Amino acid sequence: MTATMRPAPSACPACAAAPAAEALATRALLPAQIALSLPTIHCAACISKIERALSAHPQVTSARVNLTLKRASIDAAPEVTAEEMRALVEGLGYEAHELDAGTLNATANDRAGRDLLMRLAVSGFASMNVMLLSVSVWSGAEDATRDMFHWISAAIALPAIAFSGVPFFRNAWAALRNRRLNMDVPIVLAIVLAIVTSLWETMLSGHHAYFDAAMALTFFLLAGRYLDHRTRAIARSAAEELTALEVPRAIRLRDGAEEQVNVAQLAVGDLILVRPGGRMPVDGVVVSGTSEIDRSLLTGETLPVFAGEGQAVSAGEVNLTGPLTIRATAVGAETSLHRMVDLVAIAESGRSRYTSLADGAAKLYAPGVHILAALSFAGWYVFTWDMRTALNIAAAVLIITCPCALGLAVPAVTTAASGRLFRRGMLIKHETALERLAQVDTVVFDKTGTLTTGTPHLTNLEGLPRHVVELALALAQGSSHPLAQSITRAAREAGFAAAAVTDVTEVPGYGTRAMAGGQEVRLGRASWTGARALSETAAFLRLGDQPPVAFTFADALRPGAVEAVAGLTRQGKRLILISGDTPPAVEALATRLGIPQWMAEALPADKAARVEALTAEGAHVLMVGDGLNDTAALAAAHVSISPATALDAARVASDIVLLGNDLSPIASACDTARSATRRIRENFQIATVYNVIAVPLAVAGLATPLIAALAMSLSSITVTLNALRLR
Amino acid sequence: MNILSYLIPISLILGGIGLLAFVYTVRSNQYDDPEGDARRILSDDWDDRPKP
Repeated sequence: MTATMRPAPSACPACAAAPAAEALATRALLPAQIALSLPTIHCAACISKIERALSAHPQVTSARVNLTLKRASIDAAPEVTAEEMRALVEGLGYEAHELDAGTLNATANDRAGRDLLMRLAVSGFASMNVMLLSVSVWSGAEDATRDMFHWISAAIALPAIAFSGVPFFRNAWAALRNRRLNMDVPIVLAIVLAIVTSLWETMLSGHHAYFDAAMALTFFLLAGRYLDHRTRAIARSAAEELTALEVPRAIRLRDGAEEQVNVAQLAVGDLILVRPGGRMPVDGVVVSGTSEIDRSLLTGETLPVFAGEGQAVSAGEVNLTGPLTIRATAVGAETSLHRMVDLVAIAESGRSRYTSLADGAAKLYAPGVHILAALSFAGWYVFTWDMRTALNIAAAVLIITCPCALGLAVPAVTTAASGRLFRRGMLIKHETALERLAQVDTVVFDKTGTLTTGTPHLTNLEGLPRHVVELALALAQGSSHPLAQSITRAAREAGFAAAAVTDVTEVPGYGTRAMAGGQEVRLGRASWTGARALSETAAFLRLGDQPPVAFTFADALRPGAVEAVAGLTRQGKRLILISGDTPPAVEALATRLGIPQWMAEALPADKAARVEALTAEGAHVLMVGDGLNDTAALAAAHVSISPATALDAARVASDIVLLGNDLSPIASACDTARSATRRIRENFQIATVYNVIAVPLAVAGLATPLIAALAMSLSSITVTLNALRLR
Repeated sequence: MNILSYLIPISLILGGIGLLAFVYTVRSNQYDDPEGDARRILSDDWDDRPKP
């Protein structure tokens, strides 16, 4: 029985993620490496204050703050959680958010980046020296001097290219082996042909050697490659992150006795006990007990739902107040959480359809260059029957058409734009995210946790009598219910002290009751306190036989939400609010922010389906969301953004992560992305103009090494300067 | 022109020293946090003794 209940390995894409979850579990025993994003740090005092506080924690071995990247990396004992560290730093008065270790690895202390930098340095050193020697050749060195300079150039260039050209050689070989052409094939051909003909010319004491061109080519292209590497994030699967949410163990009730079992061993019909604070391990029906369950992760509902006998629950929901016994109705791959993982995996697999501008250019470019060089070689060979001239001209054509400017056109702009966006509080995780963001015409927002903070906020504290608030505080402070916690927070901040009460008991699913001065006080649901339910979210306090008093709540707007929506509306984008919450709550928020279209009670699959439907209509959708229920939609959208407070899986699924709490950078990011794409196109045009001028010269056999060097350097520098103009 | 036989090696050696210095800075992580390092020098921590 148990064996059949186990998900079959790799029967579906998401099941392949199950071993990853096991790997996660074993990895947890290693010392924890925690990364925190600290968007608000700015000075030397911030660094030492945070480092000192973190190092003072007994289980932290080392902590280092990086001001450039605005993050802290912490090495700590295995049992230390990121949440604990975050709370510690927030206690110091700095905003802090957990960062994915994967995003961190992409930039910090990676060997690939350092390797590229080293090759870049060597090629820079070699190209400058060879260029110096070439200058004297161009300015008229002759005979033996010229030959000597050519030989010295060769001695510098050959080992330098052998070392620094390795990334291109490797990529070109990989492409050729798969019988494909990429940008690296013409590059390698140009470098190799330039070196070979130059060596040949030098041996025959000829006039033209292209060692400087070959070196400069390598240098500029490596510069582009390095910038590209820095903006490239490593791809991780959001589906893998989701499986980490599954509860590994559950408490099974058998003949009244509790036993801890692995979730994989649960079968349909088993009775499972879920304690307050625990997550549902399987889908099921409540058999006994009353409590409230937090479904916000799965559905986006802000308010906890009452759970009594007969209530259906889904895996992943959190039990809040009282113990529940559930009878499993679906286990393993059948649970709603697992179905969501499948949904995300399917959405992710459809993701890679976008062709970046650079790839598009390369597809046109690579065959064109080869045909041009081959034609000019053939033409000159037929024309002169001179191998040496024909080869020289083919080399000159390849060098001049070589994509120096093309190799720099995209990375320079992307680096400039992501630097600018980083300063505004956005982390670009995917290398083509900016290009895709520029095409966006429709923005889909999630409600809970994205446009709102997801925590209820007491709205009528001022209008309540003092003794009522004091009583409510006394009853609420012991409870973990979100509304009770909100009352506690608001009352404490306003300086109220708890009234003296006795016999405080929490009635799971209903509220809290206590005795005060011989009278019973109840704080809880409308039906339980004898009040009439209000249209807005409310809790009620009843003292003895007096009429109940309402405490009303609203979901607080996230800072910058108004600005973001207003900014996007001004840009003429179509805005849609899709939430799993109830229609009145969604409609209220939509009207408040001025979002014309809204959709309530959307299941995760509905969200993804809606996004896909919009895409099918030809819209380019930007999805902004934070929860488990948004993950599939985030992965399905053309481009996606999630706030730093979002769930791991949502952050992994999205292309851009907001570093702070503020949503307002979204609107300006769209502008920046559009101007970045415009700059990329301009750069392609600049590179084309240089080619149009220089290629005829090369084909006509008029190109000298001086013209090649000028065309290459000038186009690369213009392209880089154009990228830096980006605002 | 004989001066070239001194000047060319000298220029190569000087450039080579620059290259080695750069390699050293990359190896010792000096480009990880330029902004933070510039500010750290202003803090009083570990002024009296080196960080353990």
